[in-house]
Amino acid sequence: MQRIGVFVCWCGSNIAGTVDVQAVSDALQNEPGVVFSTNYQYMCSQAGQDIIKNAIAEHKLTGIVVCSCSPRMHEATFRKTAAAAGLNPYMVEIANIREQCSWVHKDMPTGTEKAIILGKAAVAKVNLNAPLKPGESPVTKRALVIGGGIAGIQTALDIAEAGFPVDIVEKKPTIGGKMAQLDKTFPTLDCAACILTPKMVDVAQNENIRIFSYSEVEEVGGFVGNFDVKIRKKARFVNEDICTGCGICTEKCPQKKVPNEFNLGMDNRRAIYIPFAQAVPKVATIDADYCTMLKTGKCGVCSKVCTAGAIDYTQKDEIIEEKYGAIVAATGFNPISMDKFDEYAYNQSKDVITSLEFERLTNAAGPSAGKLVRPSDGKHPHTIVFVQCVGSRCAACAEKGKEYCSKICCMYTAKHAMLTRDKYPDTDVYVFYIDVRTPGKAFDEFYRRAVEEYGVHYIKGMVGKVSPEGDKLMVQASDLLANKQLHIEADLVVLAAAIEPDKSARPLATQLTASMDTNDFFTEAHPKLRPVESPTAGVFLSGTCQGPKDIPETVSQASAAAAKVIGLLAKDKLTGNPCVAGSDELMCNGCSSCERVCPYGAITYVDKEFRMPDRTTRVRRVASVNEAVCQGCGACTVACPSGAMDLKGFATKQIIAEVDAICR
Amino acid sequence: MNNSTENLQKEIIRSSGVNPKKCMRCGKCSATCPAYDEMEYHPHQFVYMVENGDIQPLLESKSLFQCLTCFACIERCPRGVEPAKLVEAVRLAVIRKQGANHLKADDIPALLDEDMPQQAIVSALRKYSK
Repeated sequence: MQRIGVFVCWCGSNIAGTVDVQAVSDALQNEPGVVFSTNYQYMCSQAGQDIIKNAIAEHKLTGIVVCSCSPRMHEATFRKTAAAAGLNPYMVEIANIREQCSWVHKDMPTGTEKAIILGKAAVAKVNLNAPLKPGESPVTKRALVIGGGIAGIQTALDIAEAGFPVDIVEKKPTIGGKMAQLDKTFPTLDCAACILTPKMVDVAQNENIRIFSYSEVEEVGGFVGNFDVKIRKKARFVNEDICTGCGICTEKCPQKKVPNEFNLGMDNRRAIYIPFAQAVPKVATIDADYCTMLKTGKCGVCSKVCTAGAIDYTQKDEIIEEKYGAIVAATGFNPISMDKFDEYAYNQSKDVITSLEFERLTNAAGPSAGKLVRPSDGKHPHTIVFVQCVGSRCAACAEKGKEYCSKICCMYTAKHAMLTRDKYPDTDVYVFYIDVRTPGKAFDEFYRRAVEEYGVHYIKGMVGKVSPEGDKLMVQASDLLANKQLHIEADLVVLAAAIEPDKSARPLATQLTASMDTNDFFTEAHPKLRPVESPTAGVFLSGTCQGPKDIPETVSQASAAAAKVIGLLAKDKLTGNPCVAGSDELMCNGCSSCERVCPYGAITYVDKEFRMPDRTTRVRRVASVNEAVCQGCGACTVACPSGAMDLKGFATKQIIAEVDAICR
Repeated sequence: MNNSTENLQKEIIRSSGVNPKKCMRCGKCSATCPAYDEMEYHPHQFVYMVENGDIQPLLESKSLFQCLTCFACIERCPRGVEPAKLVEAVRLAVIRKQGANHLKADDIPALLDEDMPQQAIVSALRKYSK
């Protein structure tokens, strides 16, 4: 028989406001096995923990029940408390009387009744608990960073600096991500390439970092400390080790009509290309969709002009298998499609562009060599209208826009407006805004400079429609402060398109068993206290794959994720979860049901000798659980037809005892 | 807000099915409205005034009958507020109160021209046949 102590927490008024804590501790005092019961204002405080420790010693407790908040919050705390008092930490059960009781009930009698029932269930379970000892598993001291934008770059550099090897997997031919496409960065207006490309070079030169460019994660197996990952290195038809990046092939290739994705299709590139001058790795890639040689077998110009002999038309996709201790998701974002915004005539006029296209138009390496011209006729625009929140804060239609604020648009629009007025003072610049959101260091000052020093016309209101008329764009908008409807004859309209997570994030999350929110942003383990970790152990989050953020925030989060990875890789062994499955070999009938449902591949079958009642031996096939791989999900215990499979700490008889206690 | 105004506000919100609290005051409805210049109170003001129970001025305003019911504001509102439905509800409140329309259904055919959207014609007949 166990000697159980019950500790009821008030959580200030969080629990005590709706639950009569004294009544709960009195009621549980009479439960079978309970020898001590008390309540206290904050059980998780030092004083509260001391009450538990003293009671364990004084009453020789063999198990404890803490009626408090969710086990997600403080189970670890109370297990440590128990361990410090010499009790096996798995003899602790938490009855969640806050999230599942006091916070959801309004009146005291109901709340108290339910709290007592939850407490009884926990007591019934502890009566059947057995001490458990966690196993250990080794840690592969290598990290994988998925995505080679500024987030992935910073995370990889920080991990590599700490002395651990890191691999970056980037699906594009070069690392650099969206930041490589930007012209200037707010609020200091330093050139994006000038601060990014040195970091890209650092990545290339760091001997702890390997870059798998033009590659994608194909399969992820294993668990924290021991991930097995398959990476598909897509065929680029150029031998990376030999190519010198001289670029002659990209000049001679006769296929000139390939939309250049780096410039968002505003100009063309060749079928063999290097995305931009500072690409890392600086290696050419053949676009199989456009290459005449690959499509028809006739051409081969690049092969003829390549002095290094790097072109290989027979190259195939390659699968690389590697083990990792930690994985960082840094898959980034994209602007949403403007196809559904017919009112802004994006598909009707070349002179209606997105803000990212505007970045390329003003960039010296862009399609117009940095000269701000209209894409339609190459003329200098004299009136530019910027529209904010295009698709952001849009709750009306999920197919059109996003309900959240994209966070970066207010600032980059202020930047665009300011830079335009600075370089082309003869240009009239209008910005239509709903709210101007500038919570960041030196952000509001920056926006005010655009208004006060650069004379940008900020108008509170929204653009209703843009209609192309001749070579002009007629903009109809509201000015809410003047209570007027405005009609502006514009030369260029720039849409601040909402941002969304990259499309590769959803399938990746499935592979990583990492959770996502309804917008396909990765969810963090705790929104405030564990913002760079996924709830899946060993998976970390870096940059905009977790939520919209600007470059300074992305870099901070990237370094934070790296710190978490380093903390994990610095360990030689990881303590496992002892709540794993175990099979009763005498009951196992060898049917393989458990092996088939196990999502972690933790169950194998072995042939074992058994002594029969008549003193003969017989070989039987029985299930065997690899405790280091088992995650304790319990799927096998449900699938097992003979009841041989059980979960330690959550045994079937314990669950039944809980249900009985509730129904009693 | 006195009792009768409050009841009227509730009735307008109920019959229109519009929740004016969803409005984030972006003004896209008024930016998109083709009858803007004819109106004393513009679509975004309609939403704001109903939300605040400031309904008497709306009842007396000609703006009610200048709305074309073209639904552009409904189509483009990023928050799904549907201002035109609110205008329609206020209009109905006036009609019910007056017990008479300023226009007879029989007068409508004479006022039609070929540019008038079908939606508007159907709405007008529905509106003035009561």
